[in-house]
This record gives sequence, structure tokens and C-alpha cells, in this order.
Amino acid sequence: MRRTLLRYLPLLLLAIVWELAARFELVSNTALPPLTDVIRSWVELLLDGELLTNSVSSLYRIGAGLGLSIVVGAVLGIAMAWWKPVNVLIAPIVEVFYPVPKSALIPVTVIWLGYGDGSKILLIFLGCMVPVTIGAFNGARASEQVLVWSARSMGASKLRVLWDVVVPGAMPELLNGIRTAVALSFILLVSSELIVAQKGFGFLIGSLGAGGSYSAMYAVVLTVAFLGFAADRVYLQITKRTLAWRD
Amino acid sequence: MAGLEQTTAGRDGLPEKAARLAVIILWAGARVFSIVVLLAAWEILARSGTFTPYQLPALSAVLERIWSDAVNGDLAINTALTLYRALAGFAICAVVGVAIGMAMSRNVIADWFFDPIVSVGFPMPKIAFLPVIVLWLGVYDTAKITMIVFDAIFPVIAATVLAIKGVERELIWSARNMGASKRELLHQVILPAASPQIMTGLQVALPLSLIVAVVAEMLMGGYGLGGAMMTAARFANSTSVFAGIVEIAVVGYVLIKAMALTRRRLLLWHPEANAPATA
Repeated sequence: MRRTLLRYLPLLLLAIVWELAARFELVSNTALPPLTDVIRSWVELLLDGELLTNSVSSLYRIGAGLGLSIVVGAVLGIAMAWWKPVNVLIAPIVEVFYPVPKSALIPVTVIWLGYGDGSKILLIFLGCMVPVTIGAFNGARASEQVLVWSARSMGASKLRVLWDVVVPGAMPELLNGIRTAVALSFILLVSSELIVAQKGFGFLIGSLGAGGSYSAMYAVVLTVAFLGFAADRVYLQITKRTLAWRD
Repeated sequence: MAGLEQTTAGRDGLPEKAARLAVIILWAGARVFSIVVLLAAWEILARSGTFTPYQLPALSAVLERIWSDAVNGDLAINTALTLYRALAGFAICAVVGVAIGMAMSRNVIADWFFDPIVSVGFPMPKIAFLPVIVLWLGVYDTAKITMIVFDAIFPVIAATVLAIKGVERELIWSARNMGASKRELLHQVILPAASPQIMTGLQVALPLSLIVAVVAEMLMGGYGLGGAMMTAARFANSTSVFAGIVEIAVVGYVLIKAMALTRRRLLLWHPEANAPATA
């Protein structure tokens, strides 16, 4: 407990500096409202339900987009490593798509699916699929040939080998790719919601900022930042559990 | 006899070479095959009228738009502005990030101060702070470059700290044993030994800088590839939107390849340069 406190003390110090700088008006309060005001606005947003409804729609978009990308990406990546023809057909497309900044697709997804949930889910799906596919592919390709051979020689069918040897072997790299995807999903969500949306965190940040309620805007910004950080930490814990069999 | 041998060797060698060439061509063909199919499908779908030109402008129309952008100079201006912002941000990240990382691995207080900030800041979606940065710095280059630095500096710091931590103890001990000063130790032993991993961090930061540059332009407006795309989207000019994506993709591709080449050049002395290239 004390060690955690000491470790995160610098963040606490920054928070205190923030509060003091704003309270004594060293910086203008529009640019930096005092931290205590931000906390009060956060509680107000929570109580009138605005924060909750917008988080629900944002988290739904992330859940749907990320879930789809994990399923499709993992299947695609493992298929690419297992069947050469799939690799020959798909790899060039992944290679071309890889360096495209996915946020550049925001206007296109809007053209296709409009301003609602659909365009955000499609964007998150497309963006997150790339790291998941690459992770699954690298993991499955690196699965130890000796293990595959011994399983085959002991009479395991090809599908059996795929399921019992290749997929578990691909797990660490796949989980790593999914971690990148989790971080990416928050980035894509917020940027697309800031650009066009009628609900969600990004929309809330934009409308509060446009309305001049800056302490509330700060409250939502910090909430999103914290959620992204928390998602990463929770995911790391799950990964550790899942890979416990390895050591 | 000698002549006979030579002719048989020649006769055997030629088809073998041809066969090998054919295999290479076949593989190259297979590699571009799916891309060609995809592009052809795009053109055919767009022309067939299944989608309106607004939903899916024809590939030929998009290429024509890119050509006209290139001829009237818009493409050059927008690309130059986006690249300028991305590279300026990246340069600041590289210098400041490596400096912070070095300070963290040499100084206990610096480590104590920056470590929680990096570990909390790295996984955060920093793009959410964009409205705050607009509030502070406006919407021009300073704000855009600040946003880029804020986003892309974390992988550089993290890679530098890990890289220096990973330098073999034996290297440091022997250098010290041979009388290297602290400065010499840092410049001649630790930094070179850590440079491959630092480069990896920079290789993450560069595409990230471009991504943030494009998003910042989309949100803050103005010239630049991202800004031009948003303007086109507002006027429902979807041909220009698709052209923008292709332009941004090409810039991204060139940047990533250039970075991989630079790595090979800079680390020519390192054993990894002899390993088969992966990027």
C-alpha cells in the first residue's frame, strides 16, 4: 500500500500543482479550471445521467467493433499461417492496408453508414483487425514444427493439430496483438466521435467544450483517459491468467 | 568430350534458369493478384451502379482526382504541410524522448518522477486531450505539433528505458575496467548497444506521428492532407475523400519504408543488419 502510494506520488503532486495553479489564477480558469471544480462537474454529470448514457453508447461501439475484429482477425491470421493459398491471397492486402492511418477512414465510414453506431463500429473493426491478424499470423507461423510433426506422427488429424498445437502456440502473440487493438479501439472511438457523433464520449466532450463548460469537458476527457488506461490494465491481468499454463 | 559436356550443361542450365525465373514471376504474380482483383472489383462495382458515385466513386475517377490535385499543386502543399507537422513532432519526440529515457535510467529521482507518468500515460487514449490542447494553444501548427509530441513520445521513452536496462552488464563492466569515464561509457558503450531497441521505439513513433497529424488536421481544420479530406467530406465530395485516403496511405507507406531503410543504414555495424530483412 505504502509502496503504491510512493510510486504514484508524482501524479498526486501534479494534481496538487494543478489545483494550486488554478486556484491562485496563475493560469486563466477557462484554460485550466481547478481540479476540485472538475471533480464537482464529474459528480454532476454522473448524477444527471448524461455521463452514463454516453458511456453506454461508447462502450457498446467499442465492444461490438473490438469483438468482431478479434474473432475475424484471429481466424484470418491463423488461416493465413496454416494454408498457404490464403496467405498468398490475403497477405498483400494486409500489407497494403497496414500503413494506412486508420483514422483517415473516418469520413468514408460516415459516407457508407452515416452518423450513428454503424460507422464507428465499422471503423473500430477495420482498424483493430490489422494488429489482431498480424499477431495471430506471427504466432501461428512460429508454432514449433517439432510439436506439429510429433502430433501428426502420433496420429492426430490436421484439424486436431490446428486446434491443439497451433492455436495454443499462437496465443501469446495473438494476445499481444489484441492488446494493441484495445488501445487502438479507444483512440479510433474518441477521434471518430469528436469528428461526427450525436452521442458518446467524444460527442459529450465536443458539446461541453462548445458550450463553454470547461470543467465538465475536463471531467469527461479525464474519464475517457482513465477508462483507456484501466482497460489496458484489466486486459493485462486477463492475459497473465490465460497464459499461466506456459510457465 | 569437353565440348559435349559443356553443351549438356548449357542445355540443362537454361531451362533450369527459366524455370526458376518462371517460379519467381508466378510468385510475384500471385502477390499482386489479389490486389489487382480488389482494384478491378472496386472499378466494376462502382461502374455497375450498385452503389451511387457518392458511396463509391470509381477508382478511375479517384486516380483522376489525385492527378488533378498533383497538377494544380494542392497535393504538394497539403503533403508538405502534413509531413512538416508529423516530422517536426517526431523530431521533438526523438530528442526529448531519448533524453528523458536516458535520464530515467541514470537518475533515481528522474525515474521516480517519470515512471508513473509514463506507465499511466502510455496506454491512455491521448487524442481525448485534443480539445484541451485547442483550448490552450489554438488550432494552428503549435497545437498540432504539441498533440503529436504528446501522443508519440511515450513509445520512445519506454523503448529507451528498456533498451538501456537491457545492455549487457559485461560490456559495461569491461569498459569501466578499461578506464572509461562516465561520459565515454554512455556515448561509446551504452548508447550504441541500446540503439537497436531505441530505433524500434522510433519506428513506432514515426507512423504514430503521421496518424496524429492527420487526425489533428481533421479536427482542427486548415490545410494538410487530413484537413483537405474533412473539407471534401463537408461538401459531400466523396471522390476527394477517397483520393485523400490513397494519398495518406502512400505517404504512410513511404515513411515506414524510409524508416526501415534508415535503420538498416544506421545499424550496419550491428549483427542484426546481416539477418534477413523483415520490414
